[in-house]
Amino acid sequence: MSILSASGPAGPAPVEVLATPARAGAVRRLLGNPVAVGALVWLVLIAVLAVLAPLLTSQSPTASKITEALAPVGGDHPLGTDGVGRDVWAQLLYGARTSLVGSLTVVVVALLLGLPAGVLAGYYRGWFDAVASWVASLLMALPAIIVLLVVLAQFGRSTALAMAVFGVIIAPGVFRLVRASVLAVREELFVDAARVAGLSDARIMRRHVLPVVVPPTVIQVSQLLGIAIVIQAGLEFLGLGSANQASWGGMLSDAFQNIYAQPRLLLWPGLAIVLTVTAFGLLGNALRDALGVSGRVPRVRRRGATTPPAVLPADEAAPAPAVDPDALLALGGLRVAYPGPDGTEREVVHGVSLTVRRGEVVGLVGESGSGKSQTAFAVLGLLPPEARTSAATMTFDGADLRGLSPAAMNRLRGRRIGYIPQEPMSNLDPSFTIGSQLTEPMRHHLGLSGAEARTRALALLDRVGIPDPARVFGSYPHQVSGGMAQRVLIAGAVSCDPDLLIADEPTTALDVTVQAEVLDLIRELQAERRLGVLLVTHDFGVVADVCDTVVVMREGRVVESAEAERLFADPQHEYTRMLLGSTLEDTPARGSLPASDLHPEEIAVPLPTAGGNR
Amino acid sequence: MLLFLLRRIGAGVVLVWVIATLTFFLTSLTGSDPGRRILGPTADLEAVAAKRAELGLDRPVLERYRDWLTGAVHGDLGVSWFTNEPVGRLVGDALPVSLSLVLAATVLTAVVSVVLGVVAAVRGGWLDGLLQSVSIVAFAVPNFLVGLVLSLVFAVQLGVFPALGYTPLAQDPGRWLASIALPAIALAIGAIATVATQTRGSMIDVLGQDYVRTLRSRGLPTRSVVLKHALRNAAPTSLTVLSLQFIALISGAVVIEKVFGLSGLGERATSAAGQGDVPLVLGIVVVAVLVVVVVNIVVDIALGWLNPKVRIA
Repeated sequence: MSILSASGPAGPAPVEVLATPARAGAVRRLLGNPVAVGALVWLVLIAVLAVLAPLLTSQSPTASKITEALAPVGGDHPLGTDGVGRDVWAQLLYGARTSLVGSLTVVVVALLLGLPAGVLAGYYRGWFDAVASWVASLLMALPAIIVLLVVLAQFGRSTALAMAVFGVIIAPGVFRLVRASVLAVREELFVDAARVAGLSDARIMRRHVLPVVVPPTVIQVSQLLGIAIVIQAGLEFLGLGSANQASWGGMLSDAFQNIYAQPRLLLWPGLAIVLTVTAFGLLGNALRDALGVSGRVPRVRRRGATTPPAVLPADEAAPAPAVDPDALLALGGLRVAYPGPDGTEREVVHGVSLTVRRGEVVGLVGESGSGKSQTAFAVLGLLPPEARTSAATMTFDGADLRGLSPAAMNRLRGRRIGYIPQEPMSNLDPSFTIGSQLTEPMRHHLGLSGAEARTRALALLDRVGIPDPARVFGSYPHQVSGGMAQRVLIAGAVSCDPDLLIADEPTTALDVTVQAEVLDLIRELQAERRLGVLLVTHDFGVVADVCDTVVVMREGRVVESAEAERLFADPQHEYTRMLLGSTLEDTPARGSLPASDLHPEEIAVPLPTAGGNR
Repeated sequence: MLLFLLRRIGAGVVLVWVIATLTFFLTSLTGSDPGRRILGPTADLEAVAAKRAELGLDRPVLERYRDWLTGAVHGDLGVSWFTNEPVGRLVGDALPVSLSLVLAATVLTAVVSVVLGVVAAVRGGWLDGLLQSVSIVAFAVPNFLVGLVLSLVFAVQLGVFPALGYTPLAQDPGRWLASIALPAIALAIGAIATVATQTRGSMIDVLGQDYVRTLRSRGLPTRSVVLKHALRNAAPTSLTVLSLQFIALISGAVVIEKVFGLSGLGERATSAAGQGDVPLVLGIVVVAVLVVVVVNIVVDIALGWLNPKVRIA
């Protein structure tokens, strides 16, 4: 009897709604879902039984005959009689009427109140929103049954009244959902545009707002119908339903009185309630799918969210490149694929090979979607769980990374391979202090005590150029700037003295002034500790600044790989030339200067990205 | 934080006052003549009038409201019309029973939902599918029906739990637990379905965040990433849903108390409502809303503590 749960968490539920055309096929999609069809068939059956009750039984559901109390199945009574001799089958049929009428009452009242109030509050905001939201929170703080008890005490036992009042109590659920949907759509472009175009509010509401509000409301109505049946049964069970009206809850109450003598009486009303409410719940879920409304929770079947995908040995006999004895990281024939919606695999990295030697900075360059980040994450074993990865060679410091257990991979990650992410603010856990996030890996990998880890973390923060390490150590991520946060993440990446650093666009999200400083820092740390670095970037300025070797990727393949100077001076591949060209296009230094003589600042113009690569 | 707390307490006081006032006027201005209700249909008119005067019902309603409110602020909720016992004592006797039941169900919900939600989010696959299907059914079964079945199986058939009655905690902790075990389980089923589903959703959300990947890049064990970092960030959502479910649990307890013969607030409320014992009904409403307000403030404090942005400000 989890009432009010349909209203979800207190915050406005983020609801994404597809555009109106998606609804055209909604009915077809709904009918293509066997679960939905089953639920619908059951609900229609119940409705038919309720309507045709007088034709299906000649017995009165309320006439009690003590002489026939607890009569067995058979004869005049297809399902027997209850404790006071009322026919169970007739009660079940007429009870369906009571349940359906009651739940419809709840929904109608809740919609009449919640829908207009939600639309008005979300659309116009202002005082109405404030008042309505306050009333909603007031109603939501009330235990429903206690309110119903008070009302019934004053106005006498009446199922219809109780259900109408319950409709009022549950209306905040509708109000909040509608308001949140309207708020979301209100700010959207098409509403603004519609307003500029001089459409009336009423027209905007009918054309643009209602289509967004209807799908989530339809789903909620389905859930409310079920909740109403449960609440009504509870009241009837307490003996507070209308007198002389058959009901499923009343049947349960009678079954409860006779639980020792005839426990079978629980079965029919219990089954009727559970199946009907389940049908409403399943129908709601099916509607959600059919209407294309997604809550926050993805509804796809997933493998575990934390099981890293194991890298498999490549099955084809790919020409594995000769492994450089100096290689820290050697990658040969790396392939990454994702299962598509239709079951086929979509490969995004097609056999990438590269080598990072100790003390060498390798730039992995390409446009958005070229597979460079996928390659980096494959090495770290941090691809999403559904990724399928294989490689002909994948060694780190001579050891095979393929088929490594998650535990063994964890001993390398953080300890011997450091990672610097792209977006500093979203890569620090907002709930823990920077100090605690810095010390936890050191304590885990190096077995340091809390005090030792703290000393070391403070030294690291100082080393990465943070002016007041003690203060930052005790701060939460939201209290520091983006540039600071990136320095913290760099400190974290090198905290356990790794041999290899994998940096994924480490400067893209930073201000231009901070970018150069952070690059300098990475280069200093690299030189100081003789780190091998795999630097993923789309920015040739960064490449020119720090990289020894460059690997250019396009559409999941390596198109060129060369020493940085040679690549800038004499790009072999057409695509590399195009990338370099687009980088240099707007720089004043373009012209007679050979590319290799350019100062990094002069060519630090980011590549045009295909969107989303920041 | 202190200001935040004071504001929340102020809002809570206003809420209790508004509800109490609405209930007072609803019960005072409507319904049949209380004197007639108490004395029954056979009593003569004079006796009914005398009864009205005895209860002070011949005075103007605003005056009665002022007196009742003054009393309530000082902790005096008046006297039952039917038994002449102080409402405070009647409610006070029943409160521990209901609170035991609701709090036990809340703890059960919190523990089981977090375990189920986390496991479903982390393991995925068939386990996740199973949780999703079971929660739809669990949500659909009225909790008193679960109570009836549990009572039938474990109390009536197997006799491992008492079918009826309540043992106070102070009297015998073991029997106290036995007396509320079945009702608490029955009460918690629907709440578990709701909170577990929400916990699963927010865990999946958090596990997809950038910082979780970065924590994993540091080589931290999965246990720490999931149970320390991800769960901590998912906790506010679960806690919010749980606090809404708490209100639903109070509602559900009214019915569950009847199934298991517990004389708690619900049983009191049902009989007071049936008789039309206005002071007792009012007292129960005030106490129930007060409990909700206190729990909401505790939840707000916990949410503030979980969120560094609020805690530090």
